[in-house]
Amino acid sequence: MSDMEETEGTEGSGVPVAPHRVIGTPPPSPRLLGSTAVAEDGGEAPAVSEDEAADHIEGMSPDDPRMIEHEKRAERVVAACFTLAFLAGCGFVAAYVGLGVHSVDKVLRSNLWLGLTLSLALLSLGLGALIWVRSLMPNVETTEERHDLRSDDKDRKAFDQYFRQGTANSQFVKRPLVRRTLMLGTLPLIAAPIVLLRDLGPQPGTSLRHTVWSPGRRLLVEGTNQPITPAQFTAPGSMITIVPEGYEDDPDALTKAAVILIKFAPGQLRIPTSYAGSTLIGTMNWTVDNIVAYSKICTHVGCPVALYEQTTHHILCPCHQSTFEATTGATVIFGPAPRPLPQLPMTVDAHGFLVARSDFTQPVGPSFWERG
Amino acid sequence: MSDTDFDVPKALSGTGGWLDDRFHGARGFRVLMRKVFPDHWSFLLGEIALWSFVILLLTGTFLSLFFVPSMNEVVYHGTYTKLNGIRMSEAYQSTLNISFDVRGGLLMRQIHHWAADLFMAALTIHMLRVFFTGAYRKPREVNWLIGIVLFSLGLIEGLFGYSLPDDQLSGAGLRIFEGVLQGIPIVGTYLAYFLFGGPFPGHDIVPRMYIIHVLLIPGILLALITAHLFIMFHQKHTQMPGKGNTEKNVTGQPFYPYFLAKGGAWFFFIFAALTLLSTFATINPIWLYGPYSPVAISSASQPDWYMGILEGALRMMPAWEINFLGHTLSMSVLIPFALPLTVILGGATFWPFFEQWATGDKSYHNINDRPRNAPVRTGVGIATVVFYGILWAEGANDVIADKLQIPLYTITWIARISIIIVPPIAFFVTRRVCLGLQRKDRNELLHGYESGIIRQLPHGEFIEVHQPVNEERRAVIEAKKVPALLPAPGAEDENGVPAPGSRGAFGWAKGVANRAFAESIAVEADGHGNGHHGNGHGPGEVGEAGEEHEAVGAPGSAAELPRGEDES
Repeated sequence: MSDMEETEGTEGSGVPVAPHRVIGTPPPSPRLLGSTAVAEDGGEAPAVSEDEAADHIEGMSPDDPRMIEHEKRAERVVAACFTLAFLAGCGFVAAYVGLGVHSVDKVLRSNLWLGLTLSLALLSLGLGALIWVRSLMPNVETTEERHDLRSDDKDRKAFDQYFRQGTANSQFVKRPLVRRTLMLGTLPLIAAPIVLLRDLGPQPGTSLRHTVWSPGRRLLVEGTNQPITPAQFTAPGSMITIVPEGYEDDPDALTKAAVILIKFAPGQLRIPTSYAGSTLIGTMNWTVDNIVAYSKICTHVGCPVALYEQTTHHILCPCHQSTFEATTGATVIFGPAPRPLPQLPMTVDAHGFLVARSDFTQPVGPSFWERG
Repeated sequence: MSDTDFDVPKALSGTGGWLDDRFHGARGFRVLMRKVFPDHWSFLLGEIALWSFVILLLTGTFLSLFFVPSMNEVVYHGTYTKLNGIRMSEAYQSTLNISFDVRGGLLMRQIHHWAADLFMAALTIHMLRVFFTGAYRKPREVNWLIGIVLFSLGLIEGLFGYSLPDDQLSGAGLRIFEGVLQGIPIVGTYLAYFLFGGPFPGHDIVPRMYIIHVLLIPGILLALITAHLFIMFHQKHTQMPGKGNTEKNVTGQPFYPYFLAKGGAWFFFIFAALTLLSTFATINPIWLYGPYSPVAISSASQPDWYMGILEGALRMMPAWEINFLGHTLSMSVLIPFALPLTVILGGATFWPFFEQWATGDKSYHNINDRPRNAPVRTGVGIATVVFYGILWAEGANDVIADKLQIPLYTITWIARISIIIVPPIAFFVTRRVCLGLQRKDRNELLHGYESGIIRQLPHGEFIEVHQPVNEERRAVIEAKKVPALLPAPGAEDENGVPAPGSRGAFGWAKGVANRAFAESIAVEADGHGNGHHGNGHGPGEVGEAGEEHEAVGAPGSAAELPRGEDES
């Protein structure tokens, strides 16, 4: 209540005593290390011309002993910062010389000390410079006039006149034959850079339509690169990645030819005989012993479809979450992929190993203009 | 002895004199040293981008001394024993060597990567600042356009940069990039084959990206940044509204020594922050990802943050493909690839000219707008930020699903729906908030601000004392400028002749847009405004504070009120 009464007491004077501060806003910043908050009194000239550079930090005169003391302190802080930067910089060199690498642990130690010393050196330099500016340099604020960006009419006119004169002298307007043949002459050169880029790569041709799979080519298990028989792939519900024999380590071939092999319990598979246009893209006849082979390359933008959920038989692409139903011919059930994963026709060879019956019957991977 | 009375070292004065003999520089450099730079925290955002770029050049030069841009296959036997015996490209191997066998290599790699992320972040925030304060207006449209080019090039520069190590994560990103290229109508397949030198991945892409990443794009960036700074220098910086700040002056501290020292300090702070991050926060640990293989992928594969919007767009798009005269048009790739960037960057490109057309405002603007004073612009800006944010968050939908235990498909559906309905809501809400803040400004000017002093009146009522705002605050509030009203849509004179510029559908659209831009809460109304300042409110007057005194309109058009805001 005492506050209240005090306020009441001032009423007679008609001048309410109140701090110029709104509730919820921070108090005027204390002058720690010389923050020069804009003075609130608003009575000062907005701009001091630079010739009469004034130290008006909190209205203290430069000769004020408190001001001198403050500047002395700031000077010492700045010097300490710069000294620290020197020491940290020396530490950086020492860490470089003294701490070796060539093992993971040593690399981590070296990184820690190099990083720490460098950060400290940079931080001290920055801090020192900042305190220097804010506490030692007089707070000069200047005002500059802006000049018109637009040239005045006289200059524009003079320019226009000279341009006309120059153009007339060049005869560019007067002699259309010269003008037009000049343009004609440069035209092919504009196309030159594009022509020169032609040999950046081969024409695609039909290469996106084919993979390296061919009749009789064995399916190898990725990693071990061993062929596989249906009997070896027994666990229902599992998925393995397959690479074509002869191209186990060829990234260009694998980008299109990688295959996933999924084993189902009897009766789970319901692959419809399906066509895309006139192309047969999936049928039960291509499966062997409830094993089905799908392209591992997503039909969206070509990520490997690497996640398989056993209980729901969903194949998921981790990149953009296109989801394919494995039991029904990898049909799309969610996400941006526009087509099912193509099925690789499969059979067993004389040794009982799984082999391709042919290439995929349609292009694998992402869509392209010529795909049709 | 005066402060300025000291001996300039001979080395300095002699060199200065020697240079001036040859270049006539004294006058020019004096002007340069006295150049005034206005002070505001938001003016430091662009500087963050500048200094990050400098740090990128420094660390990038170091990395280029050790990196081998080759896709030749090697078998690794080295310090990182977990990858011993693994086949990988020389690019990947040399990145491992930089990390584990070059002293300071890991630190430089990490600073380079963090600096790239900071560069793009600073560019983004800087562009938002410029947009929301209207600093792109005449005469600064060209610098705005340069900024958009810088941002677009930064995206490609970043993508190519983090793809260079040829690791599993970035390789998957490149594969996506290639898949998207293939989807472009007519030329897509050729573009992909020419860029990659044949089928993906081939052996050419790393050396090609390398030269684009270290020479071509940095060269263009450097030239454009230089132009950006020179234009800023020549046109002089904008300033925030405040006491004594006019369209004809610029107030601040001179370049030498103030801005020079502050800018230098800022550089050191940014460098220190990036170094600290790189010391303690691992970024892009390619040794954990392994070398690229087209048959492998890891879940939660996210690109660097600035690519997140494209990733999210690809994830959000439902399957859609059309067969166009025997050709495939993959809309599920084309729309996410082209639409978000076209909307945001294309929109940003045309915005200054659209605003000029709608407001009919051809004058120079050197004092920034406060965002609240341009409700349409601020609303459009926030709607764009929300649009971007939804796409960006969708790019991490698998991580969100995992961390928050929300079904993956649910998140995607939420994103699909909200990308359409949330930005318009954000626009309307922001516009209302801006108008509300304008009302608050107006009240503050008319009735003073809430001082926090509670007084009890003789009859027992408690009131809060309102104080008149100070000169500085008044100057800020009164700096508001409202676009002039153009002829109303379909306006005709007494002879039925439409007003010039308002004919046809374009004229009608212009009138409608102009009405939206010109909507404003007048600062002064009913002769209430200026009369009050200087003397506070007596106790009896305080009760008025709650009353609404509002008029809507633009200065100079009191007779013709636009639709909407008149509540009284």
